[in-house]
Amino acid sequence: MGVKQVSIFLENKPGKMCEMTDVLAANKINMRALSLAETDGFGIVRIIVDDVYETTTVLKDAGYINKLTSVVVVEMPDQPGGLNQILKVFAENQINLEYLYALSSESSLDKAYTVFRVSDHKTAEAALTRAGIRVLTQEDIAKL
Amino acid sequence: MENYFQKEIECASREEIVAIQNKKLVEQVHHVWENVPYYRKKMEEQGVTPDDIKSIDDLHKLPFLSKDDLRNAYPYGLMGVPKEEVVRIHSTSGTTGKRVIAFYTQGDVDLWEDCCARALMAAGATKEDVCQVSYGYGLFTGGAGLHGGSHKVGCMTVPMSSGNTERQIMFLRDLEATIICCTPSYAAYLGESMKEMGLTPDDIPLKAGIFGAEAWSEEMRKDIEKTLGIKAFDIYGLTELSGPGVAFECSAQNGMHINEDHFIAEIIDPKTHEVLPDGEQGELVFTAIDKKGFPMIRYRTKDICVLHREKCPCGRTHVKMEKPKGRSDDMLIIRGVNVFPSQIEAVLLENGYQANYQIIVDRVNNNDTLDVHVEMTPEMFTDNVNEITKRQNDLVAGMKSMLGIKAKVTLVAPKSITRSEGKAVRVIDNRRI
Repeated sequence: MGVKQVSIFLENKPGKMCEMTDVLAANKINMRALSLAETDGFGIVRIIVDDVYETTTVLKDAGYINKLTSVVVVEMPDQPGGLNQILKVFAENQINLEYLYALSSESSLDKAYTVFRVSDHKTAEAALTRAGIRVLTQEDIAKL
Repeated sequence: MENYFQKEIECASREEIVAIQNKKLVEQVHHVWENVPYYRKKMEEQGVTPDDIKSIDDLHKLPFLSKDDLRNAYPYGLMGVPKEEVVRIHSTSGTTGKRVIAFYTQGDVDLWEDCCARALMAAGATKEDVCQVSYGYGLFTGGAGLHGGSHKVGCMTVPMSSGNTERQIMFLRDLEATIICCTPSYAAYLGESMKEMGLTPDDIPLKAGIFGAEAWSEEMRKDIEKTLGIKAFDIYGLTELSGPGVAFECSAQNGMHINEDHFIAEIIDPKTHEVLPDGEQGELVFTAIDKKGFPMIRYRTKDICVLHREKCPCGRTHVKMEKPKGRSDDMLIIRGVNVFPSQIEAVLLENGYQANYQIIVDRVNNNDTLDVHVEMTPEMFTDNVNEITKRQNDLVAGMKSMLGIKAKVTLVAPKSITRSEGKAVRVIDNRRI
């Protein structure tokens, strides 16, 4: 279970993100989701990819510092109240949300996917599963 | 068992050392008076003649030489012998102004190499060792000095010079080098590169390193000793005085023995020029008492340091100098406060960062700003912005308590700060004063 997000350290300067995506493009790595956390001086790029191992290898070879972080990727109906339903499960189980961002899918138009970074991803996954909500695995991501 | 190159002189009694110094100083002052009109003029202006100098007790009567004198006399004005007796020159990088060009007779080269051999043997070198010299060769004194010293010890000398890190590591492994000589920042870089290549200290048989030509901290020593699995020894020198080997560390690793049979050290108050007693902090001044090609008398190094004469467990009797606090050239005055790069480095290492940093000073609205660029490391990176910011604030707080002024800390990408294969550019001062 669970999905690994690749977190990458970048300087907050013009062109730095582009240099990083150059590496991904040159290695034909497709990002399924991306989010950016920034401060004055630096930023953290968070991405979800199909092949985590390959991505971290090419990034490391290009001199980028990166770390893997466990996140929870959840499928929900693409309709009003979809996200709300997930957040209720978190609230009921005292799970704190650090950040979230959306993930794109080409196959299912009536579904939406969201990446959550939570205080305790194991408890979150178990609670979601109990509530009948689909939690994606790394293999599922590649098939989306 | 302690290892010496010239035990008799390295462990001579104080009386013997003073007798050597008295004799050589008197000769040197006559030599300079006869052969260096620039310095003779300085002596005349001060009303001193060689007859006034009868022993080292009279040293204080002689005028100082400073970097400015070297600039004024550039290139030949301080050469002490006719050109036909000079066999080599070396030169400083010239980063802090005009280059210094130093001249060597064959005798000067010999005594310099002896000094380097003493340093190597104090670090444990014998003729059984393979010594990789990874200082730059060429005009820079680092390569030539340790190379010559390594020959005198009888080590198998590997004249690598600097750069091409992968080849450096390959030679360390394939030739089973046991001693390495380079700048401390390059040693740290080699350690990092080895780690990246998946190598541990056990993969190389290196046992000791001699690191100099840059200021480095005790924390950096620990770091290098750990990543390379060696004992790290400090060596001190200046091109003006020959190069590395003016002073070197012994097995006690707590200060560097100055080769007093060749160099007399004094500590002065940089403002009043008064000579200070041993144990007090001040500017280090050297007199080269037997170098003939470029004979420096009372040369002001701008290095701030302390001398110690306590008995050393290694058996050497020559005076010890503390690691300089930094050259006063490196010293920055920011908002009226003296700041040495070595202090900033110490804070970084204490907080888990590497010594890969650059200090950028500027003046905005008549106010000095201090910005320290620090490279992010895999160990210090996390996905959590708050955690990184907290660690960044810890650095700011550490610097505030170390320096007494506030610095901005900017985290930069790994290897974005130019690595020194010769010398590190630690400070960029953009102030127009």
